[in-house]
Amino acid sequence: MKKRRLVMRTIILLVLGAAVAYSLYSNLTKDNKQKVAIGDKAPDFVLVDMQGNKHRLSDYRGQGVFLNFWGTWCPPCKKEMPYINNQYLQYKDKGVQVLSIDIQEPKLAVNQFAERYKLDFPIMIDTDKEVMNVYGIDPLPATFLIDKNGDVVKYHTGEMTENMIKDFMEKIKP
Amino acid sequence: MNDVKCECGHVNPHGTVLCEACGKVLDEQEKNKKELLDMRYEGSARRSQTYNKTIIDKIWNFFSSVKVGVWIIIVILVASTLGTILPQEMYINLPADVYYEQEYGWFGKLYYQLGLHDLYGSWWYLLLIAMLGTSLVICSLDRVVPLYKALKAQRVTRHEGFLKRQRVFGINDNVDESDLNAIKKHLKERRYHVREENGDLLAEKGRFSRWGPYVNHIGLIIFLFGGMLRFIPGFYVNENLWVKEGETAVVPETSEQFYLQNNQFILQHYDKDKDKTFEKAIEEAGEVVKNYQSNVVLYKRVSDNLPGEKPKLEKVKEYKVRVNHPLTFEGYSVFQSSYRSELKAMTFFLTNKTTNQSFGELKIDLEDPQAKYDLGNGYSVEILNYFPDFEFNKDGEPTTKSRVPNNPAFVFKMVTPDIPKGETSFVAIKQTIEPFGDNQFKMAFKGIDTKNVSGFTVRKDSSLWAIILGGIIFMIGVIQGAYWNHRRIWVQNKNGQVWIAAHTNKNWYGIKKEIETILTDTKLDIPDDQLQLENSDKGGV
Repeated sequence: MKKRRLVMRTIILLVLGAAVAYSLYSNLTKDNKQKVAIGDKAPDFVLVDMQGNKHRLSDYRGQGVFLNFWGTWCPPCKKEMPYINNQYLQYKDKGVQVLSIDIQEPKLAVNQFAERYKLDFPIMIDTDKEVMNVYGIDPLPATFLIDKNGDVVKYHTGEMTENMIKDFMEKIKP
Repeated sequence: MNDVKCECGHVNPHGTVLCEACGKVLDEQEKNKKELLDMRYEGSARRSQTYNKTIIDKIWNFFSSVKVGVWIIIVILVASTLGTILPQEMYINLPADVYYEQEYGWFGKLYYQLGLHDLYGSWWYLLLIAMLGTSLVICSLDRVVPLYKALKAQRVTRHEGFLKRQRVFGINDNVDESDLNAIKKHLKERRYHVREENGDLLAEKGRFSRWGPYVNHIGLIIFLFGGMLRFIPGFYVNENLWVKEGETAVVPETSEQFYLQNNQFILQHYDKDKDKTFEKAIEEAGEVVKNYQSNVVLYKRVSDNLPGEKPKLEKVKEYKVRVNHPLTFEGYSVFQSSYRSELKAMTFFLTNKTTNQSFGELKIDLEDPQAKYDLGNGYSVEILNYFPDFEFNKDGEPTTKSRVPNNPAFVFKMVTPDIPKGETSFVAIKQTIEPFGDNQFKMAFKGIDTKNVSGFTVRKDSSLWAIILGGIIFMIGVIQGAYWNHRRIWVQNKNGQVWIAAHTNKNWYGIKKEIETILTDTKLDIPDDQLQLENSDKGGV
């Protein structure tokens, strides 16, 4: 009798406690929930670059991918783009690809930007913000590091120094 | 912890005050044996008050206390009030760390630092609500089970002490059999459920009203559960969606399954001349909006494409979204909630400054400007730089704040047969700078095209059923407990006399009136209200 009472009470309290814990957990994590988390497979996408070449993320399996989201209007992007270009030239033969995605801007603006900063890596425009939505990007700039198996290794928002970029490249070098 | 066996033979759980079967007072601690009985919960053994051994019991007993429950409610009330002093974070349109101090000074800063700007989403507020839920569950369980058992176990024949100490009580000598039959008949006419045992009567009605508070609590718990469901991903969606006229956008939180095309945004005002009835009101108020409407087409994606690839869409339906008339599909509702006007294109003339002669016009699509516009006859204009949302940055360089064409500016190169190597001109709204001295030609502003952008709210609430169900059950419980009374009348033979006692959970006036009707046409005396007697004694009447 006494045992049954204790068991009943314990079960009821556990159920209530679990409900509370779940609510608290999901409430506290809802703001900083990352759509694509570290360890996840990077969602596949297809975009066309400024030269008209199609880039499909999954085609780069076996290489590391440095995936950068940016805009011509964003001041930190202007600073880090030349660094990314330098490191791209260093690492492109070591199996690291740079894919950079501009969010919904006119071709003219992107082309002029690429010319001014002499960018060599492929630049794509996410016209309908589809890729941005899938990756849950906010704010710019944002960078995903994807390893040779297509898994997300790191997510970084904000400006990067050239050293950071070098470290990142080193991280995903196959 | 032993069970208690009453002299009537019924075995009661430990802690019982009044025997469940015969009503004899078991708890001899009751000091004044002359006083009326406390009939709350039928004197059953509320278990929280008897077992207090383990930590589980201690937690249980804490939440089982009504006093604790009331305090939780008071704390929630006070906390909720605090959240209404200043607007909550979701209703402001500046970053919270700036807004509160800027608008309300030191108080605002304190308000923000204490975290009251997001009070209803804070962990401690949630914890309070959770405690209320726990209190509801445990309080109810701890009371409803013993009460149910006690009411089920009650026998017709009751102990003398129990009857004597009911609030309504009276004794009659020399009673005829016919009087008892009349009482029985009257009780049945009044829809009492009459049980008989050895000539003793127990008439009872409205017992189910005793379950009202517990039904009410079940409703509340389902309601809270519904609130909890909203935390499950996909259960509750409340997102903004802006779609420009002529464009198609993916509806958020639909796993990229649905797309919305905005064909046209319509803004209508009341017309003074047409709506004569409102002439005066319109004159006073100026422009009064009659209708905000977006004509949309809903599409479903049928292809299995990757993001970035053009999806294959299938038309689902066309709809005119107006305020309070949302487009609905698969649990989602798309409401018309806002609109704004955006620059779409700017038109310029290439003009000779001295002769004012024009050499053709160019229309620049602000979302997709061309690098070069050829005007023929050797005249052309190149865009060297485009700033959709122009400003000068800290270093005094022209730059753009965002990708939205709020304040477009251009650096043009004007190539003419007169000056084949071109002239450079910086053109912004109401501003022209000629960086390399006086130009011969200029870009004369002709006009702008705008387009509307409809603002929608996409909403889905799969927890609504639980909230509605909880609300209905809550109300059923209130009605059950409020509009019915649990009344019992005992008519019993004791020492050759007939004793009448009565109990109700509320409305004593009603039961006394009812007893009067039941005892008409009999020689029996109306029983007394002992509480009233007591009070009038004290009053010295």
